[in-house]
Amino acid sequence: MSAPSGSGASRDGYGKALLRLADDPRVVVLEADLGKSTKSCHFREQFPDRTVSIGIAEQNMMLVAAGMASSGKVPFASTFAIFTERAFEQVRNGIARPGLQVHICGSHGGIHTGSDGSSAQSIEDLSVYRSIPKMTVLHPCDDISTEELTVQLLELEGPSYMRTARNKVSRMYDEESKHELRIGTGSVLEEGKDVAIFSCGVMVEKAREAASALSEEGIECTVVDMHTIKPLDEDLLARLSKMCGCFVSAEDHSIIGGLGGALAEWMSTNSPIPLEMVGVKDRFGESGGSDELMKEVGLTSKSICEAARKCIDRKNVA
Amino acid sequence: MIILKLSLKTINSPDIALLFVGDGVKGRIAELEEMARLCRIDIVKMTNAAGAGHPGGSLSAIDIMVALYGSILRFDTSNPNWEDRDRFIMSKGHASPAMYAILHQMGVLEEEDLLGFRTLGSVCQGHVDMKWTKGVDFSAGSLGMGLSFGLGCALAARMDSSERSTWVMLGDGETQEGQVWEAAMAANFHKASKLRVIVDRNRIQNDDFMEVQMEIGDIGEKFSSFGWDVKEVNGHDMAALVEIFRSVDCSEVGPMAIIAHTTKGKGVSFMEDKPAFHGKAPDNEELAVAMEELS
Repeated sequence: MSAPSGSGASRDGYGKALLRLADDPRVVVLEADLGKSTKSCHFREQFPDRTVSIGIAEQNMMLVAAGMASSGKVPFASTFAIFTERAFEQVRNGIARPGLQVHICGSHGGIHTGSDGSSAQSIEDLSVYRSIPKMTVLHPCDDISTEELTVQLLELEGPSYMRTARNKVSRMYDEESKHELRIGTGSVLEEGKDVAIFSCGVMVEKAREAASALSEEGIECTVVDMHTIKPLDEDLLARLSKMCGCFVSAEDHSIIGGLGGALAEWMSTNSPIPLEMVGVKDRFGESGGSDELMKEVGLTSKSICEAARKCIDRKNVA
Repeated sequence: MIILKLSLKTINSPDIALLFVGDGVKGRIAELEEMARLCRIDIVKMTNAAGAGHPGGSLSAIDIMVALYGSILRFDTSNPNWEDRDRFIMSKGHASPAMYAILHQMGVLEEEDLLGFRTLGSVCQGHVDMKWTKGVDFSAGSLGMGLSFGLGCALAARMDSSERSTWVMLGDGETQEGQVWEAAMAANFHKASKLRVIVDRNRIQNDDFMEVQMEIGDIGEKFSSFGWDVKEVNGHDMAALVEIFRSVDCSEVGPMAIIAHTTKGKGVSFMEDKPAFHGKAPDNEELAVAMEELS
């Protein structure tokens, strides 16, 4: 891959994608008083007649979106990740059960959200949406990949949940490499034989930092941007389990049920190799700066390095 | 019964609508009342066969639904998924026997479909489900969601410059769900004039009378305070129901809520006004009594 440059927040990619999707007259946008934050505001400015303001009423938003989808529209509904969870049952019963094509975007996901504190830091959204049958679950890392994957959602037949993040991170993709992105296919950013690091969202950048540090110790890492948590790219898991023999997961999310959980489920049945999980260890966050919070809960490249060394040791002992 | 053989799309064509003029109204009302009687028989038979289901709220709602489908709802029995049909959102999805009965009487479902109610693989799921049953516009079962869904249908219709209307049936107990009022607020804000709600005001919910569980009070006044036009009607008076639906269908006012005052279990004496028959099927002895009363 060519070397990407600059930085971008995934939520900005979502906002840009909606503008590209506007060419399809079926596309409508729903907001719950957070359009300026989720970045659906740009669509609203240009297409007010195709934007529905629901106010601070997420449960209503999910079912209004479902009704529109049943009438031939393709709704993109966004709010903060944590507030989508308020409408979990509406998503489960009103959208996913009838298989309606509603695309939900939860922005400001994870500890990374920072000083708003624990009430705003969703650390379980990927887990709860992953448990809903036939639901596609995405968590891209930067603005460029978010834009590309959001545009691809138009071709998806069922519902989806995408988490975006608030702050800018280093870009992992550029205008050329973005064309390799596919929903359902993990993106291999680096290949190495000693350990495979599966990461998503803001932790992809940390995974690459970790790989760089580990290479100085002679450890060769594979780094995967696992932007699609569900459906899981099982072919890639099978290939990398043979090649590397141990996995590390890295996510700004609880280690229960998210990317790490998905890997563990697959591995326990298909390839019982060592796994170390970097994520939020069954605790809530708190207020603080994004970086200091990430350090506080162990979401750092250093944690990924430690996990990688540990799981390579476990592999070698076995 | 000729109505059973006709496509309601045909019935609701302008020519046939002339039947409502003058003496013709009386004839049509009698036909609709007969159709409601046959639906009631379907309701008690299918709940008995399943040994489960919700007969009480089905019997309270059925006159309203027959009046609606039999007078103004644009629906094609030969093509239930016709894109530009009026939408009927059965938000109180536990009253699924009423929905299946009317689809049966219109020829969309067969008798054997009804008798498979609640069994594995049946098109008649426990709660109405658009994935399973042609002619069903909403997957219900969790109360409080249908009005939001209906608002989405109405907004999509307006974006498409379609004249189709959206009708939502709510239970009165269902209005205890906060989401109903989120949707009521949004429908007024978005001036969803082609959105119409019918509240089946039978005063009974699962456990007991609403006045014991959680009385909602004057539902019409509450919708009115959210900016809705409101009408009240006797939900078992077929002529009054047809008249009100026809007047609403021609109007551009709204959103509109029609509070239909009903009796739970209406038409079967031992079920009438009895909370016990909210979610209990008649046994074989009770079925025999019910069939005698409905014959």
